[in-house]
Amino acid sequence: MTPDLILFLALAVLAIASAVAMLAGRNAVYSALFLVLNLVTVAILYLLLNAAFIAMVQITVYAGAIMVLFLFVIMLLGSQQAGSGPDLPWQRPVSVVLAVALVVLMAYALLAGGRGPLLADASLLEGFGSPQSVGRLLFRDYLIPFEAISGLLLAAMVGAIVLTRDEPKEKP
Amino acid sequence: MNIPTSYVVALSAILFTLGAIGVLIRRNAIIAFMSVELMLNASNLAFIAYARSLQQLSGHIFVFFIIAVAAAEVAVGLALIVTIFKTKHSIDVDQVSSLKG
Repeated sequence: MTPDLILFLALAVLAIASAVAMLAGRNAVYSALFLVLNLVTVAILYLLLNAAFIAMVQITVYAGAIMVLFLFVIMLLGSQQAGSGPDLPWQRPVSVVLAVALVVLMAYALLAGGRGPLLADASLLEGFGSPQSVGRLLFRDYLIPFEAISGLLLAAMVGAIVLTRDEPKEKP
Repeated sequence: MNIPTSYVVALSAILFTLGAIGVLIRRNAIIAFMSVELMLNASNLAFIAYARSLQQLSGHIFVFFIIAVAAAEVAVGLALIVTIFKTKHSIDVDQVSSLKG
């Protein structure tokens, strides 16, 4: 057991526990807060995997902006309590079977195409994953997709406004 | 961090499966939607792990784009949930069965 492995296992257990707590929570606000914990844990893993820029984007965009939007909608709709009503009788068994099938499939893919150990830090390229290197790649090789993303965000913003706008009453 | 890539990808697979279970068993639309975010996040973790293992920075760019698309998806998805709540007064996904034949 190296310190790296212990650190990874602790973060993995925290991530899985917060994900399970999110699924099991009866109150939607608690679920959202557990998801924030999960996202922050994964951001720490990103930092350990030499992805400092992505870790910061994860915290500001995901744990910050997106989760605030979720909490805002939960509060707006007053839907803290999870929906009640009769469960579909076959839903849970079928979902468990499908989940087990998914795990088996992914374990097969993982073991069949297994990669070696992560490279040692010393063998990494200089500045791998730093904001400078990511920015250089983003604005040189991926400039067109970057601009396309801005169009997508604009379209999503217009769509959200159109969907939630109150239609003005029209004369027949 | 010197740990095998497969460990990180296994964690990603477990988180993805938990997200899939959430989509299947939760009927609160907002929690099902948060489970979708969990799945996107799990795929991002696999991207980062392989980017580190293969020394390809393109993986980081993909994660950046996935996060941007997730932000757009959340904006539209939550707008849809608010609109459904206005007409149905419920966000239980079982109630949204108007198109059922």
